[in-house]
Amino acid sequence: MTDPSAPPANARRRSWTIWLPLVLFGAFIVLVLFGLFRPADRNVASALIDRPLPEFTLPASLPDHPGLSSQDFADGQPKLLNIFASWCLPCKVEAPQLAQLAAAGVPIEGISVRDRPEALRAFLAEHGNPYDRIGADDSGAVQLALGSSGVPETYVIDAKGRIRYQHIGDIRPEHVPLLLEKLEAAR
Amino acid sequence: MTRLRCFLLVVMMFAAHPALTQEMESTAPFANQQLSDARQEAEAQALMQTLRCLQCQGQSIADSDAPIAGSMRSLVRERIAAGEEPEAIRSWLIERYGDYVSYAPRVTTLTWPLFALPLALVALAAFLLRNRFRRGQE
Repeated sequence: MTDPSAPPANARRRSWTIWLPLVLFGAFIVLVLFGLFRPADRNVASALIDRPLPEFTLPASLPDHPGLSSQDFADGQPKLLNIFASWCLPCKVEAPQLAQLAAAGVPIEGISVRDRPEALRAFLAEHGNPYDRIGADDSGAVQLALGSSGVPETYVIDAKGRIRYQHIGDIRPEHVPLLLEKLEAAR
Repeated sequence: MTRLRCFLLVVMMFAAHPALTQEMESTAPFANQQLSDARQEAEAQALMQTLRCLQCQGQSIADSDAPIAGSMRSLVRERIAAGEEPEAIRSWLIERYGDYVSYAPRVTTLTWPLFALPLALVALAAFLLRNRFRRGQE
């Protein structure tokens, strides 16, 4: 049972294994610090990129402005599809950039999510109306069909009615060139 | 006295003021209304507990007050009422938002180690314990 050569060998092996928990703990701390200083991107992107726009038909948000359906895309011209709402604060921030894109000749279609005509009218009066058509998605069902996880979001739809790019969050001035580039590529 | 009244007035103003949050103007019909069929509502509830709110990502859509969670609850209830299977609704959402939207993990080429690792660890523990017990008997 007792082997005279065994205890020293055991002791030598233990001398380095004793540091193993500390090393593992150190690795864990490094991992936590990494996550703390470089948090993961929490945006949920649509999985529908490069797929055709889901079919939908939405009534007009405002009586004097046309509604929107998926048929309005795929007419040979790339378009922006902007998902917005009058109750959404970042939508006010991106309004000047949308106006700039509209002035540059980009067709912009809108979907107003969980909104009311009076509130929407006031919003457009204050921040401008860059939209050719605005569809009313009062239940948010079309927003879900598009794989959109919030407002505002902007999709680049190509000339054949395919989703090419999704911009999550408000469009800041620095995002405009990228959107123009994506629109050009979507021809 | 006037100071106390003034303080109370300020407190009441803040308590009554909803503008600090983003208030939606309308919502889906079944966001906060249960289905009349109790069995279908239970089915919808079970599914809603396992779907992630896309805005408040730590919460299920059953728990969340976010506007989009209301739309998702209504979508679940309307589809259950129309006779759709809960797993079909889950797949429909995963197709649009990816696996992240579901709290019920699936076994895929990416996730199989999550399921295999506990089994491997239990097997390793059984092996180590067996050796140890055997040594103890000697």
